[in-house]
Amino acid sequence: MGDVLWIFVSAMLVNNFTLIMFLGLCPFLGVSSKVGTGIRMGMANIFVLTLTALSVWFLNRFVLGSAPYLRLISFIVVIASLVQLVEMAIKKLSPTLFRELGIYLPLITTNCAILGLAMFQTSRGYNFGEGIAFALGGGLGLMLALVLMGSIREHLELAEVPSVLKGVGLVLVLAGTLSLAFMGFAGLFTS
Amino acid sequence: MKPTAAREDLLRGLWKENPVLVQTLGLCPTLAVTNSVENGIAMGIATFFVLVGSSVLVSSLRKFIPNEVRITAYILIIATFVTVADMTLQAVVPVIHKQLGAFIALIVVNCIILARQEAFAAKNTVWRSFLDAVGMGFGFIIALLLMCSVREVLGNGTFLGHSVFGPNYEPWVIMVLPPGGFFTLGFMLLGIAAWSRRKNPKPLRARPHAVTMQTTQRAVV
Repeated sequence: MGDVLWIFVSAMLVNNFTLIMFLGLCPFLGVSSKVGTGIRMGMANIFVLTLTALSVWFLNRFVLGSAPYLRLISFIVVIASLVQLVEMAIKKLSPTLFRELGIYLPLITTNCAILGLAMFQTSRGYNFGEGIAFALGGGLGLMLALVLMGSIREHLELAEVPSVLKGVGLVLVLAGTLSLAFMGFAGLFTS
Repeated sequence: MKPTAAREDLLRGLWKENPVLVQTLGLCPTLAVTNSVENGIAMGIATFFVLVGSSVLVSSLRKFIPNEVRITAYILIIATFVTVADMTLQAVVPVIHKQLGAFIALIVVNCIILARQEAFAAKNTVWRSFLDAVGMGFGFIIALLLMCSVREVLGNGTFLGHSVFGPNYEPWVIMVLPPGGFFTLGFMLLGIAAWSRRKNPKPLRARPHAVTMQTTQRAVV
């Protein structure tokens, strides 16, 4: 049980997907201008990450043992079809939620956090419970990073920034500062 | 086709439309593996190979790939090339392969590659797509080299393992850690923005993210 908890906290804070491991930077830079969209994007991510962890565990356990060279191709196909399936299901079951998530859901297919999760889960040999903990922690960490960045950028809208500093460069410097802060969490587990 | 057009296809990716520094695509590998020059070079070459291979294949198959499933087809082609690159690296440079780890597999979701297939290779001849891919691939390598030189020299005091400043240099460790990646790229982009502004007071820089989002959006729907 301790292991599972450790994996959860580590994926969320110590090895935050976006700020420490550089996964999922596209949504982090692209859709982090508001807190609300950050939360929605984060929820969509948590959902898909958990489902991916489930199916990756299944693939590793039952299918890929005999054909390891097909790993990458099968992961990418499974992720793409999973996102498509989830999208269709949500559209049918809850049109309100579908409208809320909007374009974020399909965009997740091309998010490297999802494939990254699948690869790390495989290379570290996580079992079922550990995989789910890794996915939930990683997803919450992504959401945390998106929300933090969103709130900073909401304030930035009102601040007087020299026009030459506006743009992706400034966001990256801010992300660096956040990343610096998150590195402090590395001390959580040394004692 | 005029020779000037071919030159334009080749040179565009190097600087004017550099995939990382101008279009801000493919940032995950740019930040994640540039903590040493060695890793940066290996990543650059692997991406270059995948980009050129899949561009040539996609453009030669462009009349046969049905429009509805084209993105799936591109992704499968890219994933195949990445598997080849992954296995080659593992066989030739096992140490670097181990350091890069999962990030080699993540070349599949590098937006530079998919963007070039969708924006160029799917509409142009094999030769032009080849030139375009070579240009963009070199542009990516240039950006990676810039990043990892700055980070390794400042953060470790070395370049490709050779000492630069001598034994008395106190390494600026933060530069090889994750925040250093964000800072280096951030300041680099700010510098480029400032420079292009000075050259041209009203820069007509496209909103790269808007473009990427649109492309992926169209792709998946």
